Amino acid sequence: MKVLVAVKRVIDYNVKVRVKPDNTGVDLANVKMAMNPFCEIAVEEAVRLKEKGVASEIVVVSIGPKACQEQIRTALALGADRGIHIETDEEVQSLEAAKLLKAVVEKEEPKLVILGKQSIDSDNNQTGQMLAALTGMGQGTFASEVVVDGEKVNVTREVDGGLMTVALNLPAVVTTDLRLNEPRYASLPNIMKAKKKPLDAMSPADLGVEIAPRLSTLKVEAPASRQAGIKVADVAELVDKLKNEAKVI
Amino acid sequence: MSILVIAEHDNSSLKQATLNVVAAAKAIGGDIDVLVAGENVGAIAEAAAKAEGVNKVLVADNAAYGHFLAENLGELVAEVGKGYSHILTSAGTTGKDFMPRVAALLDVAQVSDIIRVESADTFVRPIYAGNAIATVKASDSIKVITVRPTGFDPVAAEGGSASVEQLDVVKDAGLSSFVGEEKAKSDRPDLASAGVVISGGRGMQNGDNFKMLEQVADLMGAAVGASRAAVDAGFVPNDMQVGQTGKIVAPQLYVAVGISGAIQHLAGMSDSKVIVAINKDEEAPIFQVADYGLVADLFEAIPQFEEELKKVL
Repeated sequence: MKVLVAVKRVIDYNVKVRVKPDNTGVDLANVKMAMNPFCEIAVEEAVRLKEKGVASEIVVVSIGPKACQEQIRTALALGADRGIHIETDEEVQSLEAAKLLKAVVEKEEPKLVILGKQSIDSDNNQTGQMLAALTGMGQGTFASEVVVDGEKVNVTREVDGGLMTVALNLPAVVTTDLRLNEPRYASLPNIMKAKKKPLDAMSPADLGVEIAPRLSTLKVEAPASRQAGIKVADVAELVDKLKNEAKVI
Repeated sequence: MSILVIAEHDNSSLKQATLNVVAAAKAIGGDIDVLVAGENVGAIAEAAAKAEGVNKVLVADNAAYGHFLAENLGELVAEVGKGYSHILTSAGTTGKDFMPRVAALLDVAQVSDIIRVESADTFVRPIYAGNAIATVKASDSIKVITVRPTGFDPVAAEGGSASVEQLDVVKDAGLSSFVGEEKAKSDRPDLASAGVVISGGRGMQNGDNFKMLEQVADLMGAAVGASRAAVDAGFVPNDMQVGQTGKIVAPQLYVAVGISGAIQHLAGMSDSKVIVAINKDEEAPIFQVADYGLVADLFEAIPQFEEELKKVL
């Protein structure tokens, strides 16, 4: 069975985010970029499915500027078989991303599409669900366990109040949550081998999708910062402050 | 303008988050209808009809919606919602699951997790795990929006008298089915809407030690939460996680015990009114956001805290 994994290039999760002084966005100049952590989990899950003999081929796709090919190569080094780069310098919002991925799904006909549940830049948590709706597939979002069983996949989901398991007809879309797996690191020999794996580049126009953002960002600001309060000497003083100063107990 | 709010509930009671979402709808302005979709939801529809500011309650009562499967809810909400200018629901795991399907089916963008309404088409939402706050304008004719409940004070649960209308729209996409669930059972308040939250981190050392926090929580009528470190270490289940990737909370009082204060955790609790940090490491970043910090060994401080609380509560 073929598995398609979508990955996004985002600011490295260890980097301290700084808002630009002119409030037009977040400063990404000379900032370390990396694969979105939830997408790493998606790649890892696909690789594990291949190691179990469930997946036969893993195709990894990324949308964005030329530099996204770094993240595709990373996925190839982790075990994906070939890459597709949809190259654009425009801002691609979730709905357009889903339409581009739909076009790839129609071409590649994967049985399973795995995506991260959200990217750590825009925090939208939309693309997987939108792709599922546009392609008429079922979805297992916020997955903590994925078990393929014949023509179905059982997905255990992290939901408010606990866990919920759904059975989906294949083909289906899965979006990953943090506890699905712990991604491996790429070994140097695999990084070298990944350079020789096939990577196709195409444009949104090649896929018949027009990039037309529906949302415009008017401004981006730093959050109001909290001031550090006081240190109390002991528990008795703490309870006294909570009762008589803050009046919250 | 007309606004459709999709109620959040568990087939037995209406979640308070629904009242927060109605408040967001009021901030937009216009007639507010509430859709209650689920199985055997008569009582929930009645509860929704009493909420302040609700014009009409629409009820879709069918087994197809009993487990809130996104494939079925998505089709239902897209069909019912297409006559409205705005479709809103809470950004809980159910809303996050089905709402983007609604947006895709209507071919419109979604604005996720809003914390403020600027105007009928302009909304404020956190990005980069709350490290930046974006003001976003939506140009589509239907605005599909998920609302972060802590961003809006809830409307009154009583006092309204909306009409209740049954819908006979049954959407069963046939793509998915419910297999089972493991829900944590607790008599404590819901983490997302509790007035007091007490959370433990890696400093708790193991799951058994969370009993100390539970005793204090029961004394204060608090919910118990945890940091991602405590969840990843297997001390407590994932649904207790407070943070960017867990629950977003904003109680009157948040007590962080043995939590260092990673950015990821702060993103989930820094809107709390009063923050208390108890940690033996005085350099822990949690102290930079705490109103009251106590540098102490939690295994001594928490039993003392419980004793002192007993004196004043």
